[in-house]
Amino acid sequence: MTKKQKKMLVRIIVSALLIVALKVVGSFVEINRYLEFALYMIPYFVIGYDILRKAFLGIKNKQVFDENFLMAVATVGAIALGDYIEGVAVMLFYQIGELFQSYAVGKSRRNISELMDIRPDYANIEVDGELRQVDPDEVEIGTVIVVTPGEKVPIDGVVTEGESSLNTSALTGESVPREVKAGDEIISGCINLSGVIRIKTTKEFGESTVSKILDLVENATSKKSHSENFISKFAHYYTPAVCYSALALAIIPSIINLIIGNQAGFGTWIYRALTFLVISCPCAVVISVPLSFFAGIGGASKAGVLVKGSNYLETLSKTKYVLFDKTGTMTKGVFEVVGVHDNTIDKNHLIELAAYAESYSTHPISKSLQAAYGKEIDKSRISDVKEISGHGVIAKVDGKEVAAGNGKLMDMLGIKYTECEQVGTKVHIALDGKYAGHILISDVIKSTSKQAIAELKSAGVKKTVMLTGDASDVAKQVADELGIDEVYSELLPDDKVSKVEEYLSKKGEKEKLAFVGDGINDAPVLSRADIGIAMGAMGSDAAIEAADIVLMDDDPLKIAKAIKISKKCLGIVYENIIFALGVKLVCLILGALGIANMWVAIFADVGVMVIAVLNAIRVLMVKKL
Amino acid sequence: MKKSYKIDVDCANCANKMEEAAKKTEGVKDATVNFMMLKMNVEFDENADVKAVMKDVLKNCKRVEDDCEIYI
Repeated sequence: MTKKQKKMLVRIIVSALLIVALKVVGSFVEINRYLEFALYMIPYFVIGYDILRKAFLGIKNKQVFDENFLMAVATVGAIALGDYIEGVAVMLFYQIGELFQSYAVGKSRRNISELMDIRPDYANIEVDGELRQVDPDEVEIGTVIVVTPGEKVPIDGVVTEGESSLNTSALTGESVPREVKAGDEIISGCINLSGVIRIKTTKEFGESTVSKILDLVENATSKKSHSENFISKFAHYYTPAVCYSALALAIIPSIINLIIGNQAGFGTWIYRALTFLVISCPCAVVISVPLSFFAGIGGASKAGVLVKGSNYLETLSKTKYVLFDKTGTMTKGVFEVVGVHDNTIDKNHLIELAAYAESYSTHPISKSLQAAYGKEIDKSRISDVKEISGHGVIAKVDGKEVAAGNGKLMDMLGIKYTECEQVGTKVHIALDGKYAGHILISDVIKSTSKQAIAELKSAGVKKTVMLTGDASDVAKQVADELGIDEVYSELLPDDKVSKVEEYLSKKGEKEKLAFVGDGINDAPVLSRADIGIAMGAMGSDAAIEAADIVLMDDDPLKIAKAIKISKKCLGIVYENIIFALGVKLVCLILGALGIANMWVAIFADVGVMVIAVLNAIRVLMVKKL
Repeated sequence: MKKSYKIDVDCANCANKMEEAAKKTEGVKDATVNFMMLKMNVEFDENADVKAVMKDVLKNCKRVEDDCEIYI
């Protein structure tokens, strides 16, 4: 609790005790009416002096019709009617409600900030063999910084020395640590878990991942959603409207009574008007809606989904069409050996030969062969390497002639080979002029892609569409395997934009379209879609810039997760709006009819707010979605 | 020019009122108050004297919500 809150708590306790004491004493001893009034004024001023002051200042500054004014009028009115206890109690409960609200909001504010607490306070640089802590802002590009276990990596860079595992959960929501060694790129915001590492910085602090993410998250709730705008507009008209109705309620029925010759009943109608004022306080709705969005954005970032504004969370919840890119989104975007076919020699030996033959090449295909082989290349075993551009390589490995390349190479050498029916790149191998089989290399589908598409369907997405620049057979195969509804292949970046536009014009008004891409060459499409979702923001500035929502890791499952979080958040927002306004409306009617008294009014004000705030905090729980 | 300021205010509705008041201040092009982060982002008109404008913003905010604070 802050100092302010503690002070308020003391005031609440003191005045509550005083009220109870007065009530108890009053039931034993007959107290003079004037003395009773004077005694009740003590707790009233203890608990309400600031409200009265603010109400007075409000009137002076022509800012009537705020909560302070409502409370001041309601309580002063109740006391004037002789209901001392009710007058003081309304003020007391109002203050309890305010205290609870400020505590709950402060607590969730802290909780959520902790989730995003990735801001590094310092960077270690080594000066004359000693570590010195400096402001990360002052570290220049190319400086070597030292990160010891338990510390946050302050600036993006490349590891030059040391090995360690990193906790990236604050960035990606991923709980499995990531291993790094010398030569690996490293992004700021991760926590170093095990060993001391030295990092050569490649960016300034302000341009580093951690700064960009913090900037994005901190400004996220500034972009307001329709619901939030609706509520602030609503509050703007609602309070004056209720005040005038209260005034009307106080005067009109009494006058009508007078005209038709009945008792005026001023007291009754003024009392009803005062309950009106208490019920009317808009706090519950005004606080719970932004709090729900804030918690939604916080909960999403806990799951590794960065949302740039409440408005995007709102749009995301209405997503019915998800269009996405293939490479890097549904597939890993790196080539891997997926099979060895028609081999006449041992499979592993074939891969070994291919890896050796291609070992001088830097082509991605060669890299994937090295990766599949997995052992160090002993360069002394290779000789006479001859690279034939557009065909492949011929080299001597352990004295034997190995030819590795495409069908054209085999044709050129006059070697008969078998065509592969599967989709992907094939490396045919011939050993001493005889065909030895071929290795199939292709882009691999991410392990969670299939489940991701299924989850999207269960999250209420009507149609999934894949747009890719890749060849149609590859695209078709991936789409079939994943269960994607529609697929368009061999598209240029411009074609992707026009495809997105085509879907935008086809879909219904209330249905939203999301595009998921890896950001680098998808920027125009990301900005054209209703919602642009960028994947794998780690390191890609273009992604963070162009997208509305950024998935911190490459996992396509997060698309569905983000949609589910947004749905839960919006669900709670509507619940709160309907619940709070509903209860208030019912209480207003009951109050006007004289069925609801001041105590019901207090519930309608404070109770509803407490429930709405607790409900809003529920958005934070996103683990099981 | 845009600047961001830390603020202190107790209720969400008051934050809305601060936003309104800041928007209406001379020299302010646009302003948003983020109640959850307790931040005010102000976009100034060109050639505006930021310090003087912020003084006015604070004054106007104090008028609508006596209990607020902007850390200029």
